[in-house]
Amino acid sequence: MKKILLMETKLHLRDWPILAFGLVLPIGLLLGLGQIPDLGKPDPNLGGARFVDAQLPAQMILLALMTMSFTALPGVLTAYREQGVLRRMSTTPVHPGRLLGAQLVINLAVAAIAAVLVIVLGALVLGSHVPANLIGFVLVFLLGAAAMLALGLVIASVAPSSKAAPGIGSVVMFPLLFLAGMWLPREIMPDALRTISDYSVVGPFVNAMRDTWAGDWPQLPHLAVMLVGLALFGGLAVKLFKWE
Amino acid sequence: MNVIEVENLHKRYPNHVAVHDVSFEVSEGEIFGILGPNGAGKTTTVECVSGLRVPDGGAIRVAGIDPHRERDHLRRVLGAQLQSSALPEKIKVWEALDLYASFYPDPADWRELLERVGLGAKKDAMFGKLSGGQRQRLSVALALVGKPRIAVLDELTTGLDPQARRDTWELVEQVRDSGVTIVLVTHFMEEAERLCDRIALIDAGRVVAVDSPAGLIERVGGEQRLRFRPSAPVSDAVLLALPEVTDVSRSGQQMVVTGKGNLAHAVTMALADQQVIPGDLRIEQATLDDAFLALTGRKLA
Repeated sequence: MKKILLMETKLHLRDWPILAFGLVLPIGLLLGLGQIPDLGKPDPNLGGARFVDAQLPAQMILLALMTMSFTALPGVLTAYREQGVLRRMSTTPVHPGRLLGAQLVINLAVAAIAAVLVIVLGALVLGSHVPANLIGFVLVFLLGAAAMLALGLVIASVAPSSKAAPGIGSVVMFPLLFLAGMWLPREIMPDALRTISDYSVVGPFVNAMRDTWAGDWPQLPHLAVMLVGLALFGGLAVKLFKWE
Repeated sequence: MNVIEVENLHKRYPNHVAVHDVSFEVSEGEIFGILGPNGAGKTTTVECVSGLRVPDGGAIRVAGIDPHRERDHLRRVLGAQLQSSALPEKIKVWEALDLYASFYPDPADWRELLERVGLGAKKDAMFGKLSGGQRQRLSVALALVGKPRIAVLDELTTGLDPQARRDTWELVEQVRDSGVTIVLVTHFMEEAERLCDRIALIDAGRVVAVDSPAGLIERVGGEQRLRFRPSAPVSDAVLLALPEVTDVSRSGQQMVVTGKGNLAHAVTMALADQQVIPGDLRIEQATLDDAFLALTGRKLA
């Protein structure tokens, strides 16, 4: 397994633009949006906190997770399926599931690096807060990452080709970003929209993240929605995933 | 000794039956060909033998192992090079071999294997940059890296230029000489005739015949034709008296002698007795294509 992971990491580094995208997009947006003066002012919608304090970094971490889960992961897996990489491996004593595992680990690692960079650069450049409840933060991050990666596997399963996969990923990504409050903060969403957002996995993810920023523990309903999402996407991925 | 036994294999897909009824046996150390037109069920058959698909009926034994129930055990005795299976574009040749070697408990020395398949100079090249022939060589090496007793090679030379094809044939013979039993799937008559000790002719999911290439040709008559220009007049009766000869005809200066068995030798000896030299001697033989046509009523390619 170590060798597969090492090899897949090497291959990813040779295809570095995909990885770079997962890092550059959230960090660039963080620093770019952070320059908008209004976002640096206390916002009554956020209970007097500034948008850049927790909301913006939490959303950028979600963006990093989504970029890796919905475009990078399905792109590689569908290409591997198309080229017969998984089929080739299934003739050996090692199940191609290991390759899948390596892919999940690598994409998770890149998203984690992006999260650390978002937090550190946010704090240094924009004066953002850092998650006060670090254990809670890691828990929420891992749970959200698992749910997003599972949804990414579903995309990899249903995408008809490696060319179509990132496109389908984007189609899934943008409504979810919207529901997470990327363009319209959840606090000023109409009630119906906010209810949808409450059950969208990403809404609770951003909320739970913000709670850990404030030093609180994530709320059980938020964790419960994410767990249900993980079970649902995970189950679908297991059912739909095709090795060849 | 049989290393592979396939009995009444049957495999259905949702919309069609890929393999109706296929039975054959492969003996240790031979190159066994599975020959048939596209869509005959060749690949499905070897996929079942390789434990990649579960048969709907029949029994398969590979070195005494049930490929479906004992997948892990099978993987250690059987290496496969399958159609439409490849590697990531940016993996280097040595990395692929090193990685695949790590999948087996007691792998072959991949450095030596690399030399053996003639890719020593391409060690650091990326898979995506290799030519078709080089990819197939690497693929053969990967199939052998686990030191299998049996190697399944599916459509090994499809899409290769004639030179690369001949080089690959040589490689296959080398592999057999090293003691590995080979199951070769092909739709090239020439390839099967040149490489295989025995062939299963498959058409529309059924085995039409299992025999050596010469045996298959013999079955459809095995008729040969000699054409030559005799240096002096010869009477038909002299040649018709030979047991090998069935017919003699003439067209202009040319004689056409039809027959079986060791025809060329018998006729040239008889002509020598008459002090006649056969000029422009040509031998025409039936081919596997003819055998397939006669056995199935359809053309192979």
